[in-house]
Amino acid sequence: MSSMFHQYFLLAGKEFKRRKLRSLLTLIGIIIGVAAIVSLITLGQGLKNAIDDQFDALGKDKLFISAKGNALTPGLTIDAVKITEDDLEVVKQTSGIKRAAGLIYSTGRIEFNEIVRYNFVSGMPEESEDRALVGEANSYKIMKGRSFEKGDRYRAVLGYSYTEPTFFEKSIELGDTIIIQDRDFKVIGFLEKIGSPPDDQGIQIPLDIYASVFDTGDELGILIAQTDSGENVEFVAAAVEKDLRNSRDVEEGKEDFTVQTPQQLAGSFATILDIVQVVLVGIASISLLVGGIGIMNTMYTAVLQRTREIGVLKALGAQNKHILSLFLVESGLYGLGGGFLGVSIGVSLALLTEQLFFVFVGPAFLSIEINMFFILGVLLFSFIVGVLSGIAPAYGASKLNPVDSLRYE
Amino acid sequence: MTKPIIEIKDVWKTYTMGDNILHVLKGVNLTIHKKEFIAILGPSGSGKSTLMNQIGVLDIPTRGKVLLDGHDISTLDESELAKIRGQKIGFIFQQFNLIPTLSALENVLLPTLFQDDSKEEQKERAMMLLTRMGLADRTHHKPSELSGGQQQRVAIARALINDPDIILADEPTGNLDSASGKDVMKMLTDLHHNEGKTIILVTHDTHLINYSKRTIYLKDGEIEKITNHNR
Repeated sequence: MSSMFHQYFLLAGKEFKRRKLRSLLTLIGIIIGVAAIVSLITLGQGLKNAIDDQFDALGKDKLFISAKGNALTPGLTIDAVKITEDDLEVVKQTSGIKRAAGLIYSTGRIEFNEIVRYNFVSGMPEESEDRALVGEANSYKIMKGRSFEKGDRYRAVLGYSYTEPTFFEKSIELGDTIIIQDRDFKVIGFLEKIGSPPDDQGIQIPLDIYASVFDTGDELGILIAQTDSGENVEFVAAAVEKDLRNSRDVEEGKEDFTVQTPQQLAGSFATILDIVQVVLVGIASISLLVGGIGIMNTMYTAVLQRTREIGVLKALGAQNKHILSLFLVESGLYGLGGGFLGVSIGVSLALLTEQLFFVFVGPAFLSIEINMFFILGVLLFSFIVGVLSGIAPAYGASKLNPVDSLRYE
Repeated sequence: MTKPIIEIKDVWKTYTMGDNILHVLKGVNLTIHKKEFIAILGPSGSGKSTLMNQIGVLDIPTRGKVLLDGHDISTLDESELAKIRGQKIGFIFQQFNLIPTLSALENVLLPTLFQDDSKEEQKERAMMLLTRMGLADRTHHKPSELSGGQQQRVAIARALINDPDIILADEPTGNLDSASGKDVMKMLTDLHHNEGKTIILVTHDTHLINYSKRTIYLKDGEIEKITNHNR
């Protein structure tokens, strides 16, 4: 029996070869559908991997405290709710917290080479350990020059983008002077490329200098806290939330601040991605359905064209079940062939996108993994789509009367 | 005479087209013995194709009985008929009816695919049959690369692969030039002489009755006469 099926595959394969162009046309629907599904799912998974990697890099022992609604855009605070030094003190006192630091962002006026640009400027804490905590949570690493030291005043550390002549028609060098909000700052260091434009285009200055230049008083944009080792991050987050509620005098459920863990941040990204993915894959599935109908149409035509052959096969002893299997295997092969081409195209698209992201955006945004089980599953699924599409035509073929089909011209 | 291999007993085949009732076979009685070489001769419309379909168990009669090796096939279902066809009857058609995508060898092996005991040694048998047909150097050629005569010889090899008792040839020389036609008839005669196959030849070509030992003349769905040739 098994060798018989092997033979059927050979027979169907030859049929496939006989009508190359028609086969390819038939398969376009399946190819597009499978390519879309494979690339979308692979890219979606790649984005999720990248996000997980990013949040893993932050460290699983970190908490992020910000004013409500400003978690991701701390520099754009327009309402009156503020996080201040007082809140930082409360967080530092909460049990389970090892260390906490605050920083603040805003858009500043940058002048160099007689050109003016507006970019993010952030105030970095003075204590080197606090700065290390902020740096670790943001993946900041010094590429050349140095970081801040105690006593640094009008000094600036610049993002990677400034080493290229992107903004000011020439690159900025160590020791150059740039003008931030009409004050001169001396450039003492550059950060390694991170891959996200807001980070790579950011400029860091000492926190107290920031407060005087931007006139922000004791306001902080975001607090980053590290828990003691061995503490449950979720528990500590709840404790921080409770202490802040008390100090800011707000009721539970009406907080004007948020405390988030990296897992929560990653989780909310993943949920959004999942929803987008389900919608896109749903749309791509329509193409698969259309592809299945295309195969069905081709199989009906094939049965008609080969009516005489079916009669011959029956004269040679083929039973209905043999004819049925023969045509089912053939339409299954159509599906499998379409699936194979679709997978190849889909994987190529995903890898190409990863390359484009790498070149134009940065290395950290997409981390593609080709999952062999997923690929095999897709191939099996395509074969099944083909077989299902072939059931009606194959059944029709198997029921043909041998006398009439032998006489068919 | 050896014992009967096919017995056609009062077989009627009737087609109904709207109000018209068409009797294509009208009570045919015919007994074919093992190792016979018979020709069924008749003009088109005489019912000889329909009679051939009954003998080849491609179809069952409207009325009457067809016995193959003593078993009534009129009551069998389609898969049982197909199985018997594959084992007992080798078909040779006027149009050759080879599968165009398959090589000569694969075409010969095709009937083994539908028998449950498909085995490796059948490939050797197929090679042997093709060699006997003078096609040893054509085994991997597609039908389109073979002449008409060669194609019909592939078809004969295909008819023999399951070692059937009966060879049923429907106008086997109809599409061939006279030289190739003679070749094919010689091979059928050899099969009859050397292997004792029962050969049933269906034709309207009166020249072919020279090869047969008995000729059934069919006209308007009835047997007009039967002649015996002492050869």
